[in-house]
Amino acid sequence: MPLARHADRCHTGGVSDTAASAAVIEVPVIEVVDLAKSFDGLRAVEDVSFSVDRGQTVALLGANGAGKTTTISMLLGLLLPSAGTVRVLGADMARHRHRVLGRINFSSPYVDLPRRLTVSQNLRFFAKLYGVPNADDRIRALAKDLGLGEFLDRRSGNLSSGQKTRVSLAKALINQPEVLLLDEPTASLDPDMADWMRGYLEAYQARTGAAILLASHNMAEVERLCDQVLMMRAGRIVDRGAPSELIARHGRVDMEQVFLTIARQADGARQADGARQTDDAPGGTGRAGGRTAP
Amino acid sequence: MTGRIGAMILRHVYLLRTSWPRLVELMYWPTIQMVLWGFITRYLMTSSSVIAQASGVLISAVLLWDVLFRGQLGFSLSFLEEIWSRNLANLSVSPLRPAEFLVALTVMSLIRTLIGILPATGLAIVFYDASIYELGLPLIAFFVNLLIMGWAIGMMVSALILRVGLGAESTAWLAIFLIAPVSAIYYPVAVLPEWLQVVAWALPTAPVFEGMRAILMEGQFRPELLIHAFLLDLVYLAVGAGLFLYSFQVARRRGLLLQVGE
Repeated sequence: MPLARHADRCHTGGVSDTAASAAVIEVPVIEVVDLAKSFDGLRAVEDVSFSVDRGQTVALLGANGAGKTTTISMLLGLLLPSAGTVRVLGADMARHRHRVLGRINFSSPYVDLPRRLTVSQNLRFFAKLYGVPNADDRIRALAKDLGLGEFLDRRSGNLSSGQKTRVSLAKALINQPEVLLLDEPTASLDPDMADWMRGYLEAYQARTGAAILLASHNMAEVERLCDQVLMMRAGRIVDRGAPSELIARHGRVDMEQVFLTIARQADGARQADGARQTDDAPGGTGRAGGRTAP
Repeated sequence: MTGRIGAMILRHVYLLRTSWPRLVELMYWPTIQMVLWGFITRYLMTSSSVIAQASGVLISAVLLWDVLFRGQLGFSLSFLEEIWSRNLANLSVSPLRPAEFLVALTVMSLIRTLIGILPATGLAIVFYDASIYELGLPLIAFFVNLLIMGWAIGMMVSALILRVGLGAESTAWLAIFLIAPVSAIYYPVAVLPEWLQVVAWALPTAPVFEGMRAILMEGQFRPELLIHAFLLDLVYLAVGAGLFLYSFQVARRRGLLLQVGE
């Protein structure tokens, strides 16, 4: 993407060196402001604001139910926000997402590719859907890069979970996206393949300058790939910063420890809250729910 | 735009090519129906002057009814294939617009209908010497009118499935039969109670089948019936497309596109 494409507004957030060193001032490729989503009065996401620059990798972390998937769904325009705005590559995703969907892609282990189609049929279908020029060359290149050659003619439904993850990533890269949203990109991969995959994503980003937003439960992966981490809890961003900053701020040795600290703070808060509620209730027992922090 | 619609058609053609049970299923029911009604016709010809007068009327009726049924089912099943394969989220984050998705599903419905109906019409000629093609050019108008109504119902059914999930998938096979009694497929509208006749004339199907009988039994082409059917088709198609597109808006508000299923 030429730098000038989004150079019409001044960048105000993010931590990317790429943007800082660019000759023109660039707006973030993802810009989220005061995002909120409620389902039948239940707040799933609240007051979420962040930005992601070109060439930056940002992780969205949090325990199950923290609001990561809801946030990513709003980033993709799959879900309309109750309040706030999401702009991706300059387009308001609630209203004009089709202007930019051809330049974005995503991969999730929870979304399948059509199982009856072979890998090569699937890739050809998505290449056509995204209007990829020279689709056969692109598929050949991806097959070579991601080691899909041996099962290109096998049905997607017959692949192992690790093979499916690689094919899903190939689908996500078919249009050489400028913004890549990845939900657990190395789930189901053995350590060797997962390591190789992280290297591939780094190389892809270095080559294309793509912005990557990922949700992952693999903290080693987050430390290696991410420039910035957004920690979510109960639908809000409760902490943010570079992995090294977060580790130092919480006085921990790695991101795994940071994650546990923040998650258990949540449990502690829930526990205290539960105790308050049961003590206040008539005939309350004083027992509190939730996991017990060591 | 045409590239994305073409991509969707390619995806479903791949699916049909790699799944012979799906292909057999498309042809199975129209053929069985035709064989069954062929024997019924042979039997009734010996005892009914109406059938003796126009032996092809029942077989033509059953084949045209299957155009409607296959048209609706073709749309709904192509939509359901995306849900069954958990591919709807992939499509929803691709550049494919809901309106393009809708067009692709209607094209797939046409392809599925032709695959299902054409062999049955050929067999009707071979086994019973009953050719639906004797209807001549009006056959095209009958076909188009019924197919449009099939699409409209398919869109409504798909909107319902997107709204409430796979719990409603059986409506894809059942919904059409709600209008069968008032569609005057095998009997004239006049047979119905007066208040049901009003309902029948509010559907495009009844004028189509009345028009078919007018040709086969009276040798008379009645264009006013086809115009009546076509105008109603436009109304139902607009309602169906509106509901289909609106259901995507609701799904985006409620977060159903990632989770649609049981």
